[in-house]
Amino acid sequence: MSGEDAEAIWRRLAALTPARIALGRVGAGLPTQEVLRFGLAHAQARDAVHTELDVDAVRGGIEGLGLSTVTVASAAPDRTTYLRRPDLGRRLDPDAAAALARAADGPVDLAIVVADGLSARAVHENAVPLLAALLPAVRGSGWSLGPVAVARQARVALGDAVGAALRARAVAVLIGERPGLSSPDSLGLYLTFGPRPGRSDAERNCLSNVRAAGLTLDLAAFKLHWLIGQALTRGLTGVGLKDESDRALEGPMVGAALGAPDRSS
Amino acid sequence: MVYRHVVGPRSWVFSGLPELMAKASPPRSGDRLAGLAAECAEETVAARWCLAEVPLADLVARPLIPYEDDDVTRLILDGHDVAAFAPIAHLTVGDFREFLLTASSDTLAAIAPGVTPEIAAAVSKIMRNQDLILVARKARVTTRFRNTIGLPGTLAVRLQPNHPSDDPAGITAAILDGLSYGCGDAVIGINPVSDSVQGLTGLLHLLDELIGRFAIPTQGCVLTHVTTTLEAMNRGVPVDLVFQSIAGTQAANASFGVTLGILKEAHEAALALKRGSLGDNVMYFETGQGSALSADAHHGIDQQTLEARAYAVARAFRPLLVNTVVGFIGPEYLYDGKEIIRAGLEDHFCGKLMGVPLGVDVCYTNHAEADQDDMDTLLTLLGAAGVTYVMGVPGADDVMLNYQSTSFHDQLYLREVLGLKRAPEFAAWLEQVGLADAAGTLLPGGATPLLAAAPAARSAA
Repeated sequence: MSGEDAEAIWRRLAALTPARIALGRVGAGLPTQEVLRFGLAHAQARDAVHTELDVDAVRGGIEGLGLSTVTVASAAPDRTTYLRRPDLGRRLDPDAAAALARAADGPVDLAIVVADGLSARAVHENAVPLLAALLPAVRGSGWSLGPVAVARQARVALGDAVGAALRARAVAVLIGERPGLSSPDSLGLYLTFGPRPGRSDAERNCLSNVRAAGLTLDLAAFKLHWLIGQALTRGLTGVGLKDESDRALEGPMVGAALGAPDRSS
Repeated sequence: MVYRHVVGPRSWVFSGLPELMAKASPPRSGDRLAGLAAECAEETVAARWCLAEVPLADLVARPLIPYEDDDVTRLILDGHDVAAFAPIAHLTVGDFREFLLTASSDTLAAIAPGVTPEIAAAVSKIMRNQDLILVARKARVTTRFRNTIGLPGTLAVRLQPNHPSDDPAGITAAILDGLSYGCGDAVIGINPVSDSVQGLTGLLHLLDELIGRFAIPTQGCVLTHVTTTLEAMNRGVPVDLVFQSIAGTQAANASFGVTLGILKEAHEAALALKRGSLGDNVMYFETGQGSALSADAHHGIDQQTLEARAYAVARAFRPLLVNTVVGFIGPEYLYDGKEIIRAGLEDHFCGKLMGVPLGVDVCYTNHAEADQDDMDTLLTLLGAAGVTYVMGVPGADDVMLNYQSTSFHDQLYLREVLGLKRAPEFAAWLEQVGLADAAGTLLPGGATPLLAAAPAARSAA
């Protein structure tokens, strides 16, 4: 401890974890500032859940990358229903099914769904940059892409219906995750081979906590590209496909697979 | 068997016990999602009138899930203690509520092995929150490993020092912080990110060394899958408690990758280690309403009844700790603060009535209609109900599991308001190291000796 006083040691400990430690106390309670800090974080998480997806802005961003888009909605008409009825969030609204049928243009290797899920904020902040990081590698691999579906009131499994309608071999769903108190902006990436309604979660691969302060966009794009390659080659996703992209990361292919990564994010 | 209740011109009909139990349940989104809920408020109360007249013996004789189809039903019926049931065998559900209101702690302990989960769930459905609190408070369940948990007038705390990447220094920092608030007598329990045996081994050694270094009268646990813990025990890694998430049907347990056989194997392996200095309660289970529905394994039974059936699974293995993670699963099962509060009180009541050492993870997620005020309410009610233990999470924010639970501060609040003490051996240790005085009040600067275990600062990377 070499003369370091207790307060300094607690500060050092607090730097070792994102957990809320060494907060101090006033009797049995928290200091006022900590109560307010917590309140702000909860407010941000609540807002992330209840913010409407800005479909036009997201479509604009995706189209700016040279991709076409199609807007779809689940069978959940509003947020309240969406929160209570996950089954509706997994089914396409009839209009959406028709729109997808019009947009479908022959079989493709990969369909991409950008979905609000439980945090529109995560999509607003991270979906387009993630696609920007992913696209060079996808194009480099020569995979054919369907139109990117931008989905409202969507659960992960809505991607199964979208992927099936677009006749895709695999579907990647970029979706706002349930916001944590310290992570209102976290995106989840789910990859499913052979999408069709009725697929179980055990048949998917997931990359979680994708955000600047978590799994960075570059690394997430690298891992997702690796998983897509494995899925299309081996014809499966889920428990049978372990994410061993870390090994590939240690190899010489990183730069190539990532294209020209944007380190600024 | 058809149940019928007439209200004015209207005759309410229920096709059998599963429908009656479901429709008598206080409203919650999970039963609605499953299509089991009553269609209006009057139907709920009509179902309760019918349920109140059902003999307890019928609840035993007519399993909600057939004996042939489900090993949890077999466990419940094969293990039913007929002698303990005898004093209540003649009662209806309505009579049983009144019996419980006046029963002594000794009586409740005597009948506990005769109370099936269906009996506990049925009576809870016709009880108000105050009934659930009053009866649970009298039902005491005491367990031991390195300390004594569940004594009247005590509340234990699980110290939950999770870290988003299982970083040992970060976990140690959170443990030291929690100990400085006098938390950790129930268990120091880490939810790991990784389910690998290697990761588990490192964390178990960390806990074992820290507990050993300060001679803390408590136990450690890494909450990983039972098969991973079994493998760690086979490799000679120091395992105090075996953890597993469990549910109330065979199919739901299968979705967790567990069978009663695996639990038995792990229980026996942990007993053989003989690491408990005071007792041999070596199992730690977590449960939560909605898990069976979420696994599509609910058999048309309401979520609260299935939750009580999970306690029958737990009871068979004489656990040190069982907790319902009441608000974790999300608003599709428990929508808001009101539903979470009700469920927490029901779960605690049913567990205690069945003789299970029930703690509650008083918690919520950010997509539920709940907040800190709801958690304060539930925590206070559970304190009044004599809850065995609650969670201690730094600042109430679990940065690994992404949900809000109760904090180190919250347990101090509950102790101050309700005069609740820690497990006696742990309280004596706090006094001995200078963290607290003889009354259990924390002393200024009392945690300084613990800082000898503070990890070095992370090198700048």
